[in-house]
Amino acid sequence: MTPVATPFFFYFLSSIAIISAIVMIVKVNPVHSALALIVTLLACAGLYLMLYAPFMAGVQIVLYAGGILVMFLFVMMLVNIEHLYVEKMLNRQWIVGLAATAVLALLMLAALVRGAHTLPQHIVNYSEQNNVQEIGQLLYGRNTGYYMFPFEIASVLLLVAVVGAVVMAKRRV
Amino acid sequence: MMEIGTLHYLLVGAVLFLIGMVGVITRRNVVIIFMSIELMLSAVNLNLLAFSRLYGLHGQVFALFIAADAAAESAIGLGILISFFRNRATVNMDEVDLLKW
Repeated sequence: MTPVATPFFFYFLSSIAIISAIVMIVKVNPVHSALALIVTLLACAGLYLMLYAPFMAGVQIVLYAGGILVMFLFVMMLVNIEHLYVEKMLNRQWIVGLAATAVLALLMLAALVRGAHTLPQHIVNYSEQNNVQEIGQLLYGRNTGYYMFPFEIASVLLLVAVVGAVVMAKRRV
Repeated sequence: MMEIGTLHYLLVGAVLFLIGMVGVITRRNVVIIFMSIELMLSAVNLNLLAFSRLYGLHGQVFALFIAADAAAESAIGLGILISFFRNRATVNMDEVDLLKW
């Protein structure tokens, strides 16, 4: 399928993502931040679709916007909203932190500008119909399953996370 | 408008990563710091998917692993946050100094 109006959708989605990310970090109320983060992650899912990764776009919507954000909104019940508006929003080292981020931004910009010519010009457009099958072949295929062992390790990691979260939140430690 | 190449996606990923880094470094609220970390992981995923269009589907598999890691990290982090809130009744990052005398 040939994409339609690619530059427009790219600039539209990326500006939505960046603007709502900025909204996320400047809002005092964490609930507003969580809603802005949902918008950012959905815009990122749209960018994934433009990069011919429909499976990762679905995972992004289901896992981040559906799962992790619900968990954040549960934890919001801890936060005392009225208390937040009277106390300081930024910590003491915020000027140093902004300076460090500016240095990192210059470094990234230099790397992108100077390394742009090393990127391959030939872009492969994978078929969207077979995307899930091809990722499944890389994960579980008999001859092409390069990532079977890391996948099992990831499942062990998730088990450890479940046990750790339950132990941490169950009783007073 | 010019054609959208890989470099555009890398630039958007870098900008999102830097915004997340500003959130992690400057904010006091632990919940917003966790959200900024999720944003940084998502920006890295964007980079991986942009590169996977050039070098094959392995980048998409790595992005899947990063998504699993993000879920594990946020579960553990929010558990620690609940436990800390029970002990100290605060969610401010600069008051987390139990290990500092």
